[in-house]
Amino acid sequence: MLIKKPSDIPYSEVTPKSVYMNRRTFLAGVAAATGAATLGARSVSDWLEPRSVLADETKLGPLAKSPFSTTEPQTPLKDVSTYNNYYEFGTDKSDPARNATKFVTTPWSVTVEGEVNKPRKFDLEELRKLAPLEERIYRHRCVEAWSIVVPWIGYSFSALTNEVDPKPTAKFVAFQSYYDVKQMPLGPRAGIELPYVEGLRLDEAMNPLALLTFGMFGETLPNQDGAPVRMVLPWKYGFKSVKSLVRIRFVKDMPPTTWNIANAHEYGFYSNVNPQVDHPRWTQASERRLDGSFFGKRIKTLMFNGYGDQVASLYNGMDLRKNY
Amino acid sequence: MKDLSRHINMRWLKPPIFLACLLPLAHLVWMGFHGELGANPVEYITHSTGTWALVGLCVTLSMTPLRRILKQNWLIRFRRMFGLFAFFYACLHFTTWVWIYSGFDVHAMIDDVYKRPFITMGFTAFVLMIPLALTSTSGMIRRLGGRRWNLLHRLIYVSACAGVIHYLWLVKSDKTIPLRFAAVVTVLLGYRVIHYALERRQQAAAAKRSSRESVYSA
Repeated sequence: MLIKKPSDIPYSEVTPKSVYMNRRTFLAGVAAATGAATLGARSVSDWLEPRSVLADETKLGPLAKSPFSTTEPQTPLKDVSTYNNYYEFGTDKSDPARNATKFVTTPWSVTVEGEVNKPRKFDLEELRKLAPLEERIYRHRCVEAWSIVVPWIGYSFSALTNEVDPKPTAKFVAFQSYYDVKQMPLGPRAGIELPYVEGLRLDEAMNPLALLTFGMFGETLPNQDGAPVRMVLPWKYGFKSVKSLVRIRFVKDMPPTTWNIANAHEYGFYSNVNPQVDHPRWTQASERRLDGSFFGKRIKTLMFNGYGDQVASLYNGMDLRKNY
Repeated sequence: MKDLSRHINMRWLKPPIFLACLLPLAHLVWMGFHGELGANPVEYITHSTGTWALVGLCVTLSMTPLRRILKQNWLIRFRRMFGLFAFFYACLHFTTWVWIYSGFDVHAMIDDVYKRPFITMGFTAFVLMIPLALTSTSGMIRRLGGRRWNLLHRLIYVSACAGVIHYLWLVKSDKTIPLRFAAVVTVLLGYRVIHYALERRQQAAAAKRSSRESVYSA
């Protein structure tokens, strides 16, 4: 006589076998579908969607030449306008060119406020006419260790600063980029807090190299490159150069900066190009110069991206390892 | 579900599937010749070959679960091929890093492996696949013996995990795609954990049953 105790009942009799088997089939199906979707996601979508088209840009000119321009070979316009970090339009390098085609950049205004005697809201046209436009061919170094050479169009930010007359209490300049979920539906998935904000010390912003930028390659800026007006700070890592400016505020204290908020250990306020201070996850001693040749060239990174003559004095006495 | 190999000779599937596995490479080469690799082809090639190596690992790891669940034993023939393709794309990924990215700068590479955790992970994932590739032949299975060979090839679990972590640690902000791979690998390895636990339980229950029966039948 067998006295069955509950623990003697085999597992397979507790749960009906078909239900048990179906659950694993379902899991396997989910795995396969996810794998296939991941597998297919990028390259198939690349294949299905046509190559992005450069929107019509207007010519800008006449342009004065600048002694700050480099004579190094320029990166082709095609590369500068299809390889972008503009997370509001997607986090892949090819996303902004594809997704920013409908971005509306007129009418546009930039508000300048804060510790200034003459705060003002500028129309884009007014802002562009504030000073003579120059062509500045700058090296542009990304924190990801690639670099390009771009013929930007703009004038020194100091011309705008002088126009608004900062008070003695103004020690820093804060910048804010455009953000609207309706025009930038991928913004919430950027992985960084938006709107994008950045900042400079006042003397950094007053340095003649700091460029209030309205165009590149002889024309107005493509949307994916930060249209219609942006900053370009050639001696700092590219993420300091805010795109699509809407607000400039002169402030007393060091302002917050988006990448520092996202990861303070990796991205500092100054973020000067510095081959001696590695990013925690990769080296900054060299970079890949995208010059239009197939693979580009691996070159040594220069202190301050080679602009030490103009900007090194801003940091005299500062420990640039601590103030990364 | 009936074993499909009763109706179709699965050997005929091998050549088309082999060619399908070569498609990602063919696509890359085609794009290269048509200037479609973007402004930074090194980055694109590295990213693409790495992704396909991970996909290859996931497909390889899904062979056994699919074989058992769908009762299609013939799937086991394809496991080695998929595994070797995963290794093939991993080799391309590694070669791109050594040759084009680092320019054979040994000092820089040692620095990278030693100081950058995500590269340490990637390097580990790749190195662990080497003994698996070298012992993939039938001759090696015989030489090692089934038990030792199976034990050695469990290293693929470590390799897959290291590969996913490598990807997770290298992205700057949007972790969506690495997390998808993490989910897939978790399910594929989780299946094995569940299967093993259930087998043990069934074995224990069966052992108990037979020992009890022997008492009463004596």
